[in-house]
Amino acid sequence: MAASAAESARARPRPLSLTWLGVVPFMLFALMFLIIPATLLMIGAFQDPQGNFTLQNIANLNQPTIIKAYRTSIAISAASAFGGALIGFGIAYAVALGRVPRWIRPTMMTFSGVASNFAGVPLAFAFMATLGRTGLVTALLTSIFGFNIYRYGFNLLSFGGLTLTYLYFQIPLMILIMTPAIDGLKREWREASAILGATTWQYWRMVAFPILWPSLLGAFLLLFANAFGAIATAYALTGSSLNIITILLFAQIRGDVLHDPNLGYALALGMILITGLSNGAYIWLRSRSERWMR
Amino acid sequence: MKRPVIGPWITIILGAIYFLVPLVATFEFSLRMKRGEYSFEAYRVVFGDPNFQASFTYSALIAVAAIIVGVLIVVPTAYIVQLKLPRLRPLVEFITLLPLVIPAIVLVFGYIRMYNSSSWIPLTNSARGTDFLLTCAYVTLALPYMYRAVDTGLRAIDIRTLTEAAQSLGSSWPRILFQVILPNVRVAVLSGAFLTFAIVIGEFTMASLLNRPAFGPYLQLVGANRAYEPAALAIIAFIITWACMGLIQLFGGGRRNDTRR
Repeated sequence: MAASAAESARARPRPLSLTWLGVVPFMLFALMFLIIPATLLMIGAFQDPQGNFTLQNIANLNQPTIIKAYRTSIAISAASAFGGALIGFGIAYAVALGRVPRWIRPTMMTFSGVASNFAGVPLAFAFMATLGRTGLVTALLTSIFGFNIYRYGFNLLSFGGLTLTYLYFQIPLMILIMTPAIDGLKREWREASAILGATTWQYWRMVAFPILWPSLLGAFLLLFANAFGAIATAYALTGSSLNIITILLFAQIRGDVLHDPNLGYALALGMILITGLSNGAYIWLRSRSERWMR
Repeated sequence: MKRPVIGPWITIILGAIYFLVPLVATFEFSLRMKRGEYSFEAYRVVFGDPNFQASFTYSALIAVAAIIVGVLIVVPTAYIVQLKLPRLRPLVEFITLLPLVIPAIVLVFGYIRMYNSSSWIPLTNSARGTDFLLTCAYVTLALPYMYRAVDTGLRAIDIRTLTEAAQSLGSSWPRILFQVILPNVRVAVLSGAFLTFAIVIGEFTMASLLNRPAFGPYLQLVGANRAYEPAALAIIAFIITWACMGLIQLFGGGRRNDTRR
């Protein structure tokens, strides 16, 4: 890539062709490492091992393990996105509009920047040290209150545990997205509705919420896709004991556990469709919400 | 209408507890390696582990390579799109958002299909080839953030005037790009670079599936086999992420609204 960048920059000083040459490295890179690889997978999803067209792979997705994996993935992503959106919005609202000391806002924003990037394997370690069987919080609850959460059905290596762990990067992401959107609510709107006799509740229901909902829904979808494609945290936390779609795909790439490479491509195609739809809707909603944020 | 008082405080305090407790617990756990006393034994063991040093160095090198390749691809493109080819903007922005749409595990699956040992471009045949593939994979992962950072940086300066001034003084195109434009957006490039580093340094999925001895797979291996070292590693990883974000803010100096777009 570096070579082709230098090459295009060395070219003759003919303005127009030079201009086009300048974007060639980028386009070439996008083709080689984004578009062609993704397209090859999608084509593979519609081919049999001999390379003939077939819909059999898509039909083969309809088996209990795969359906259950998609289900669990969607449920965890939806739960962590919903929880993250709700709590993240609450915190963003509190820092943006609550009467709290000035230093809280930049502190919360910086922390959110860090925490939304603190995912993957280390996050799993942190929650194991906190809420694992020998974790600090587990031990404290047992020794102080005599309450062993594991005896009452809690398990970090489960749906609830993973959702709780995912919230650690979902909430900060929501804070980062929503704080500017809440800032975009103009004071004049609130004053105008107050002059017209609106209560706080009426202001939120009839003015603020209709303006914010595209941002809210969009952020939910972004969080959903964010959790849906995640694997490292879940893998480090549960090994392969939790049947979610990314872990199934990981095992398939490693060792062809489905005994059918083309079925793996169909699995990937399903994932692209789900994240593609939710991200596509997010981008569309964002352009809608930006109308109000000028 | 009065601004609410109690609600926001409760929300922030509960949030702070949720965010801080795992950090405190992890730190406490990491100090418990020696029975009956607190010590930094787990950190000593981790830092003394040759595999830690090797995998961290490897990932740091790949991260630097990914940053260099990313800058070389993104800066000229963002510059040309803004100055000469604004009609390409929707396409370029769409491409830079694709890595957020296609999950990393799916992308690497595509790479393995495209560059395997029996393909036209058998990059995975050799260690160096796979390193190159992993570098490009990381450039892809960081592309949305790098592009956005550079694009915002370019908007903040008057690239048209700078370009015309440089041209009238007889600068060649490479010179304009690398000696005029690049120094002027170095803050944006640096923030993209640190973000890339933070994303790449502990990345697990791609490195693991491409079988490279990177830091992410090392972390996972330690996590599966040891008790106290993982906690120490989590704290180290958190500090690295914090350092990257802190450096971005330090260089960015108050431009904290980047997340808006």
